[in-house]
Amino acid sequence: MVITKDDTVPIRSSEDIVRVRQAVRNWAIDLGFGLVDQTKLVTAASELARNTVNYGGGGTVRMEALTNAAHRGLQLTFQDHGPGIADVELALRDGFTTSSGLGLGLGGARRLTNEFEIESRLGEGTRVRIVRWT
Amino acid sequence: MMEKSKIPNVLQVYEEELLEDWIQEQLASSTRRTDLISEFELRQQSAEFLEAFRQASHGDNLTDIMAPHWDNVREVLTRLSRSRAQQGFTASEMAMFIFSLKQPLFARLRQEFGKNSDALAEENWAATVLLDKLGLFTTEVYQQSREAVIARQQQELLELSTPVVKLWDGILALPLIGTLDSARTQVVMESLLQQIVDSEATIAIIDITGVPTVDTLVAQHLLKTVAAARLMGADCIISGIRPQIAQTIVQLGVDLNEVTTKASMAAALRLALAQSGQTFTKTPQDAVRR
Amino acid sequence: MAERIPILKMGGFLLVTIQVDMHDRLAIALQDDLMGRIASTSAQGVLIDISALEIVDSFIGRMISNIAAMSRVLDAETVVVGMRPAVAITLVELGLSLSGVRTALNVEKGMNLLQASLPLPADESADGHNEG
Repeated sequence: MVITKDDTVPIRSSEDIVRVRQAVRNWAIDLGFGLVDQTKLVTAASELARNTVNYGGGGTVRMEALTNAAHRGLQLTFQDHGPGIADVELALRDGFTTSSGLGLGLGGARRLTNEFEIESRLGEGTRVRIVRWT
Repeated sequence: MMEKSKIPNVLQVYEEELLEDWIQEQLASSTRRTDLISEFELRQQSAEFLEAFRQASHGDNLTDIMAPHWDNVREVLTRLSRSRAQQGFTASEMAMFIFSLKQPLFARLRQEFGKNSDALAEENWAATVLLDKLGLFTTEVYQQSREAVIARQQQELLELSTPVVKLWDGILALPLIGTLDSARTQVVMESLLQQIVDSEATIAIIDITGVPTVDTLVAQHLLKTVAAARLMGADCIISGIRPQIAQTIVQLGVDLNEVTTKASMAAALRLALAQSGQTFTKTPQDAVRR
Repeated sequence: MAERIPILKMGGFLLVTIQVDMHDRLAIALQDDLMGRIASTSAQGVLIDISALEIVDSFIGRMISNIAAMSRVLDAETVVVGMRPAVAITLVELGLSLSGVRTALNVEKGMNLLQASLPLPADESADGHNEG
């Protein structure tokens, strides 16, 4: 598997969430994703970017264009250094709301992507990696 | 590490003879496909490759075919491989294009090094490694092209076999026929949703009379399509559910409560017309004859 | 905040056309503005046109659900029109059902829906016969 392009975008405000959406859209178009796939990727990115701002205290998303033997892919890694998630399993379940309300974000993002990985440590932060392949 | 290979010189000095020998090898080969490629094209392609090969062989690292000085050769092989893949050559037939160069090349190397058996062995080895790598590269490109061709054909087949029909003003019908797999169902559903927008339909009848079996995945796709259509402002009616399928659906635990279903497309159409406020009046048959 | 999504008044209804990729604060501002206008105009219906939206994520989805629910409390119907197929497919996959939100294909059909949902004037019966 080869990384053909990469970039890191800061996510600090709700305007940045829009910027991430547009960046992901453009990269997805360049990689040749169909419209529905693009929409799923951008929506997943929007959910995760919002988590980064609202619950992670801000962070970054690393965008990587991938290619393996048969397909092209877009990998997004969201990283924050916020409080972390105490119970990841619980957070992945839909409708889960603490007072801060993670809601559909994580579970939804997982359903919209081909690969989904989350790592979170209390007091250290959260990292979510998603990939969608053509 | 041996001193610089003499292969570039051999290619240079014996260029014409080598090309002719190689072409003869190809023409005589059992993998010669006279139905797919003419002798003229064969000669052209061979000459083009040999020229690029000769030039690249002057570079520093003779057998590293991914190095920049081999870019042009790879480009030529990629182009040839793709066109032959599309023409219908097999992967072996494509690889023989390269491998049939071995014998003529070895012959010239023997001519050049004759008595010096150590040097000859080394040069033969270098030539073998080089041509093997190029042959494998060719096969790999060929594979990718064939896969692309197959993918495109599958897509076209998919599009041909999923017609959406306008039954009436604002009423579409999608008669599904044959086995539904996950990929096909997705394509079909996306096409239906787009048609709903294009024809401003408010009701879509998805008829599955012609579908022999429905598994959980397909059932889920159907339900998702109905949900998506509703979000867009259109209702779906699923018709043609045969008793066996009804049984399967219940056994699978799929919840069809939110979905309107009818046994036949006719019943679905009647319902659709009623829902869209359209009625028909029956005139007595005698009246028509007047 | 300088930018705001415009809200048009059309008879007894309010029409909102969302044409930009909204950031979260803009969406919240729209929600607040809309509630204010429904109350101040005693609007009977709200039409939200999202035909220009390429993305509806859970935040926007929740905004739409909220608007529908709150409008109903203020005695106004909400209809969302123009959702794109790719957006609809994604929303379903995301798990957002937007139940409780009425939808229509376009503005024209949405308006018809709103008109049809208006309560009939008190001095006419449904089939037009005279009462007296």
